[in-house]
Amino acid sequence: MTAHHPRLLLAGVLILVLLPWVVGSEFLISFAIIVLYSATLGQSWNILGGYAGQFSFGSVLFFGTGAYTSSILHVTYGINPWIGLVAGILMGMLVGAFVGFLSFRFGLRGSYFALITLAFAEAFRIISNSVEFTQAGMGIYIPLDQHPLNFQFEGRTGFYYVILVFFVISVAIALRLERTRFGSRLMAVRENEDAAEALGVDTFGHKMKAIMISGGIGAAGGTFYAQYYLYIDPYIAYGVDKSVEMLLVSIIGGMGTVLGPFIGSLVLHTINEISRHYIDTPGLSLIVYGVILVLIIGFLPDGLIGLFKRKPKGDDAQG
Amino acid sequence: MLKVEQVSKSFGGLKAVSDVSLEVPEGKIVSLIGPNGAGKTTLFAMVAGFLKPNSGKILLQGESLVGLKPHKICELGMVRTFQITQPFAKLSIRENIMVGAYHHTDNPQKASEHAEAIAQRVGMRMSLDAPADDLTVAGRKRLELARALATQPKLLLLDEVMAGLNPSEVEEILTTIRSIRDAGVTIFLIEHVMQAVMSLSDYTYVLNNGELIAAGVPREVASNPHVVEAYLGHGAAERLNAREPHA
Repeated sequence: MTAHHPRLLLAGVLILVLLPWVVGSEFLISFAIIVLYSATLGQSWNILGGYAGQFSFGSVLFFGTGAYTSSILHVTYGINPWIGLVAGILMGMLVGAFVGFLSFRFGLRGSYFALITLAFAEAFRIISNSVEFTQAGMGIYIPLDQHPLNFQFEGRTGFYYVILVFFVISVAIALRLERTRFGSRLMAVRENEDAAEALGVDTFGHKMKAIMISGGIGAAGGTFYAQYYLYIDPYIAYGVDKSVEMLLVSIIGGMGTVLGPFIGSLVLHTINEISRHYIDTPGLSLIVYGVILVLIIGFLPDGLIGLFKRKPKGDDAQG
Repeated sequence: MLKVEQVSKSFGGLKAVSDVSLEVPEGKIVSLIGPNGAGKTTLFAMVAGFLKPNSGKILLQGESLVGLKPHKICELGMVRTFQITQPFAKLSIRENIMVGAYHHTDNPQKASEHAEAIAQRVGMRMSLDAPADDLTVAGRKRLELARALATQPKLLLLDEVMAGLNPSEVEEILTTIRSIRDAGVTIFLIEHVMQAVMSLSDYTYVLNNGELIAAGVPREVASNPHVVEAYLGHGAAERLNAREPHA
């Protein structure tokens, strides 16, 4: 278990809050935004995959749903994006409930669940690519109108603080899982569903709650993306790349841990920036991702966070 | 307390359990024995809600259990253990037991204290913060028992908790099971270890090829020719009798 030191966590948050004042560089701030944003999306995957043990290969579903909900409400119906954010989160939870109900009701587990989520993400991508409602393949441009009330900010700092809040909330949720009955039961479901069910855990209900929480967080990340880049199209919203990124940061950092997604995101985006800086070959970062993933799974099955955990003392443990 | 009435279950063409009726009275230890493949675990799985019977009734204190999910049945006060132990491998021993203890409290502190008390009660003397993965076979069996007990059941279904244990470990767990019964928990168990069944149970049912072939107090059942034949083969009872000197 991790994050047993609330003070350390609090200090970390304080550092992040003060960061824009310490660091003047726009580049570093936008780097920090990307890291926090990716960590938030990773936490969405982590709650479902890392804590509840349901490996999703299509978590981009939630991201895209959040992004489209707020953008369509904003552009087509003129509704404020902050309200769109809330609507997006609700829609994300709804999509989670929909996919979750269909898969868990019929007992889909493991790779079958992974495949069905991937299939849903692809279906959503194709649908959003062909209907008028989402402006099809053209995508949706969100008109520039920089005002905090409009979920748009002049500098990067505003966006930074918004994503920081999202990130802190997602970490707080994971932290709650480590300390509550709901979290314990979720981990029991991950470890052994039959045993959990026998011990009185409503496994279906717990998995449903997990996928809905995951959906809500993912959707918040989606709305953030749309407001930050002011553009969304079917591939960005429902493409498989983002699903992979979401699970990658969690697995690299450490699945089922509070800070795994953050550590994974930090490492992945650092490597990404460096490789983009020095090597001019497009697509190379994907190869680098792949190599890292293989190395991590081979040598650090608990993720990078496994490096910081105290190893149990081998000889002393036996009484 | 528990009533099974004319329950049947088949898998494809195979009748795993046919027309079995039995009863577990409150405060007793009742056992279900029978050779391999007799249908014992299938019957247990139906009672605990993991399988749905094709026909028949299962009642716990008058309430029908057929069609209820296992976690609902657990809420009604009946919980099972698994023959092949199913620990939450990556969680600590304490966290394993706490999952059961959370049945009665949502407070982690209380659940943890309860888990400690239960661990003591079933004789787990190792550090509770070790991962469940590190346990020996005997330890895992105890953990199954501890987790189930932590839900504070009225009726405990034990599926071969003694299989794979050495004689001294069996002796220890027998003591534990008796003390659980003495604390007011009714016990229904499947067992292969005959010594255990004999000394432990108040009443025994024998299952063979999915059918009940005998029932009674353990002594009676053990000398029942049908039972002897089921275990040792056709004609075995006669041969055994023939070999005994005539009085």
